Amino acid sequence: MNQKQKKTILRVCVGAVLLAALIFLPVRGIQRLLLALVPYLIVGGDVLWKAARNLAHGQVFDENFLMCVATVGAFWIGEYPEAVAVMLFYQVGELFQSYAVGRSRKSISSLMEIRPDYANLEENGKLRRVDPEDVPVGEIITVLPGEKIPLDGVVTKGSSGVNTSALTGESLPRDVVPGDEVAGGCVNGSGLLQIRVSRPFEESTVSKILELVENSSAKKAKAEAFITRFARYYTPVVVIGALFLALIPPLFFHGMWSDWVRRASIFLVISCPCALVISVPLSFFGGIGGASRRGILVKGGNYLEALAKAEIVVFDKTGTLTKGTFRVTEVHSERMSEQDLVQLAALAESYSEHPISRSLREACAKEPDRSAVSGVSEIAGRGVRVHINGKSVRVGNAKLMQDDGVSVPESELTGTIVHVAVDGAYQGYIVISDELREDAAQAMRELRSVGVRSTVMLTGDSKAVGENVAARLGMDEVHAELLPDGKVQQVERLMKRKSSGGKLVFVGDGVNDAPVLSRADIGIAMGGLGSDAAIEAADIVLMDDQPRKIAQAVRIARRTLRIARQNIVFALGVKLLVLLLGAFGMANMWEAVFADVGVSVLAILNASRALKQGTDKARETEENPAMAREEF
Amino acid sequence: MKKKIRLIDLDCAACAAKMEHAIQKIPGVNHAAVSFLTQKLTLDAEDSRFDEILKQAENVCKKIEPDCKLDL
Repeated sequence: MNQKQKKTILRVCVGAVLLAALIFLPVRGIQRLLLALVPYLIVGGDVLWKAARNLAHGQVFDENFLMCVATVGAFWIGEYPEAVAVMLFYQVGELFQSYAVGRSRKSISSLMEIRPDYANLEENGKLRRVDPEDVPVGEIITVLPGEKIPLDGVVTKGSSGVNTSALTGESLPRDVVPGDEVAGGCVNGSGLLQIRVSRPFEESTVSKILELVENSSAKKAKAEAFITRFARYYTPVVVIGALFLALIPPLFFHGMWSDWVRRASIFLVISCPCALVISVPLSFFGGIGGASRRGILVKGGNYLEALAKAEIVVFDKTGTLTKGTFRVTEVHSERMSEQDLVQLAALAESYSEHPISRSLREACAKEPDRSAVSGVSEIAGRGVRVHINGKSVRVGNAKLMQDDGVSVPESELTGTIVHVAVDGAYQGYIVISDELREDAAQAMRELRSVGVRSTVMLTGDSKAVGENVAARLGMDEVHAELLPDGKVQQVERLMKRKSSGGKLVFVGDGVNDAPVLSRADIGIAMGGLGSDAAIEAADIVLMDDQPRKIAQAVRIARRTLRIARQNIVFALGVKLLVLLLGAFGMANMWEAVFADVGVSVLAILNASRALKQGTDKARETEENPAMAREEF
Repeated sequence: MKKKIRLIDLDCAACAAKMEHAIQKIPGVNHAAVSFLTQKLTLDAEDSRFDEILKQAENVCKKIEPDCKLDL
């Protein structure tokens, strides 16, 4: 609570005591008016002053001015306590409002507490703290245990478990050793790290994320834009309505002045659209903030709104559903042990730098002893012919075996198959394939459970591989052997298939898929941590490599939208109801004050629920709305 | 040129919306956004007249909400 708010509380308290006294004092007429003016001025003096100042600037539809007119109207018809009370409650409401908004804002910015304050530079054996912005690329910085890593870079010395939760929402620490890349904003665990800075601060992951989240409120959802437009017309319409109410019946239809002025004052009290103007953007802001805590960065409220209507989700395969790293996934040996077969193949391929030979080497327990290898000849697109301990060894694909007259069994395996033959005799094969991400199948199930109609895979890989992966993950459709522009065409074709309100989501790794990402309704890039290309290209960025988070993002989007809609319906509903009752003389000042500030406060509290996205508590309240109400 | 300016004592959300609307109407402004929640004005305007436009934006804000100041 700041100084200004404390002062207001004091004034409100004094005003309330004086108002209570006024109600019970047996004074009449002009004395009562004068006594009422004291608390009125104490409580509402600043409102009067602001109103006068704004009026001088030509701001007729200013909320302070309208509040003044309403209360002066109440004075005029002799309702002194009501006039003071309206001002009093208006102030209480404003106070609540600024307090609640301030709190929500604080909790959002605390989500964003990833901005590093300093970097440690070593100078003559001593550490000196400098601004991260002043550290040039290539400099070595030291990160002590428990400190925030200030800049993106590569570990040169030391090892530690790094907590990436501020960026990814992942609670398990990631182990880093020299040579590993680390992103600024992560918190160092128990080890001391020395890091060579790879990017200046302005281009670091942290800066990009902060900028993105701050700018996200500029891209408004349709609901927000509607409210802003609505607010522009709401106040003038209500004020003109009040004017008609106050003047026309008494002038032309023998109405009582006091009665119709009271009704007009009620109109003026509810003429501020504040409840809507604050709570709807706050819902989206909270939704975006809550999502970013889970490692999901959303670039604007409009994307959140679109994501809630996701109907078709299209995935790129390599790097998105799979890890994009090739490993030995199957070994079939005719004679020797499987381990020996892999060892032999790795040895034969030991002079090659082909990705396949690298994955073979990785599958071996020990580094192959190259000295046994001689007479290496590598045949591009086929494999290698070598001599090992006097024996001729062939390692390669079926074509190589054919060339050398070795018969190969037919197989329906998918992936890259490496056959091995020794002295013309077939020994077996090794399958090398891309690994699926652990949560890929779960991601598809969850997407279906949130109501996504179809999941589609696009890949440049062979049909056999694509269909195999799609079947294992339970995807609805697969299009294989696509060139990059083929992917764009497929997305365009799928766009025609969705229903009018539905949206198409494309998920890629942000590398080479910029055209497709921009063609889809929503482009999601994975692996944003450390890749600024992905952050640039997409509308939504998943900081880590978990396709499961897409369903989570859809849930967050729906929940945020639901909260925003509740606020619109609730605030508009109550206001319209009180306006109607007021026009027919069935509402009083007290109800009008509630419709204005009470609704505002309730809507803000409701909006702040959007912040608690994705936590277990939020999920509970989603399923059980009664609990949500209990919280407040 | 694009610049972010903090707004001090921006107390009213409806005013923020009004300011945004009014600043967008200043000639030479490509895009303007006033965020009540981040208490920031993002102004994207012509390079050559940026300072002049900023001055006008400041006046607009003053007119709508006299208590609110631009943190320049």
